Amino acid sequence: MYSASDLRKGLKIEMDGVPFDIVEYEFYRPGKGQAMYKCRIRNLLNGNVTDKTFREVDSIDQPDLEEREMQYSYNDGEHFVFLENRTYEQVTLSPDVLGTAKYFLREDMTVKVLFHNGRAITVNLPSYVEKEIVETEPGVRGDTATNVTKPAKIDSGLEIRVPLFINQGDWVRRVFRACGEEVSWSRGLKLENGVSAIRQQPDAVSSGARIP
Amino acid sequence: MLEFRSRVLQAIRRWFIEHDFVEVETPVRLSTPALELHINAEPAGDHFLRTSPELHMKRLVAAGARRIFQLGPCFRRGERGSRHNPEYTMLEWYRADANYADVLLDTKALLAFVAGEVKGTTDLVYQGHPLVFAPFWERLTIAEAFIRWAGWDPVKNYNADRFDFDLVEKVEPHLPRAAPVILTDYPAAAGALARRKPDNPAVAERWELYLGGLEIANAYSELIDPVEQRTRFAECAGQRAAAGRTVYPLDEEFLAELGHMPPTGGVALGVDRLVMILADLATLDDLLPFRE
Repeated sequence: MYSASDLRKGLKIEMDGVPFDIVEYEFYRPGKGQAMYKCRIRNLLNGNVTDKTFREVDSIDQPDLEEREMQYSYNDGEHFVFLENRTYEQVTLSPDVLGTAKYFLREDMTVKVLFHNGRAITVNLPSYVEKEIVETEPGVRGDTATNVTKPAKIDSGLEIRVPLFINQGDWVRRVFRACGEEVSWSRGLKLENGVSAIRQQPDAVSSGARIP
Repeated sequence: MLEFRSRVLQAIRRWFIEHDFVEVETPVRLSTPALELHINAEPAGDHFLRTSPELHMKRLVAAGARRIFQLGPCFRRGERGSRHNPEYTMLEWYRADANYADVLLDTKALLAFVAGEVKGTTDLVYQGHPLVFAPFWERLTIAEAFIRWAGWDPVKNYNADRFDFDLVEKVEPHLPRAAPVILTDYPAAAGALARRKPDNPAVAERWELYLGGLEIANAYSELIDPVEQRTRFAECAGQRAAAGRTVYPLDEEFLAELGHMPPTGGVALGVDRLVMILADLATLDDLLPFRE
């Protein structure tokens, strides 16, 4: 059990059997009144975000959550098979649990799988993943605007939006925060789906190369 | 920001000095902090750090001081948020032979003066919304505000838990932002150290000032009846004990001297939040150089 004063950003709580993640937190004490804790919480099962205000006297359930490191092995046509790093136990996850993460898996990639009451609920990818653009309209040379985008398909089939200068065969990098939420990478390139566009091969980029 | 804050403090001092107030300093370490149900004092050795300077300042008024003000640190345990800090600067002033309406006039004049000094205008913008300091302020009684936005009248049927919750969830988000807002005439049970209204004892002569939706100041026609004050402290001590909170000893010196206090109006104003509004900052993180 947590008491309301334990609440803070990033804390995982449980309400009516559903695990939530506190994404925003604000302390309030109106006038001479009791303390309130206004939280924006994310349902860890379906990703929905809602607002919830806790009173000072409330007690809040603590969820049974466990994170396990696993290596992606293969897709059996429908399900995704992982190997637990410590026990070498084989774990099969449905595409629903993976969500969009399934488009960014690579063989032998190490991921963190979050279990709630022993059931896998989310898969967190490494902090960034790079993918090749396999299909898009030819790039417009010299157009470096980042607010104008066009559709492009990555090798796993997911359609994302990229700036006009990206060509077929270019690589893009998708960056994740620890909690699994996507954010765009540096350099002021903020694109839909949290994808940063890069023109070099991934190796060049990880060594600090910049968009020209 | 350091310089801006310093100019706000200087302007506040200048306004009070020009209006014949005396700047005072009262103890920061207290053995008997004011008893309030939801305000927790930070222990400091065998003492507590003050949550407000009010008891000592009222003793000065009881001893004959007519107009006093104080600028200094106050401490509230566990209060940390984008608009709260466990340590903050309080401006508190008392005017003898006055009530909460008189100190509202002080507050209007003070804010107009400070804005003029540091911004050169009383037409401010806070977080994209215009906020005009003078001359008309929105004034709503608690009953009006709650009936309008929360659908019930806490003066008729007070429920402390529902009152606090609806104030934060339903009333505060709807408060007008274009002008300062005064919420006034609190249910007597939410009056803390305010006296009851002589012609309507169901409400206490207390107001709160909101700027840009943010609570800035609290004012009372001070309760000067030592018998009623002792009863309220005792009730509060009982509630604190029931809630498992530290019960501070009664301040007997304060209670003994309260009987000599003339009718007095008092205001407590959060200086950090005022600077935040004047400087158009969203949170205290942008203001305080050393954030706990």
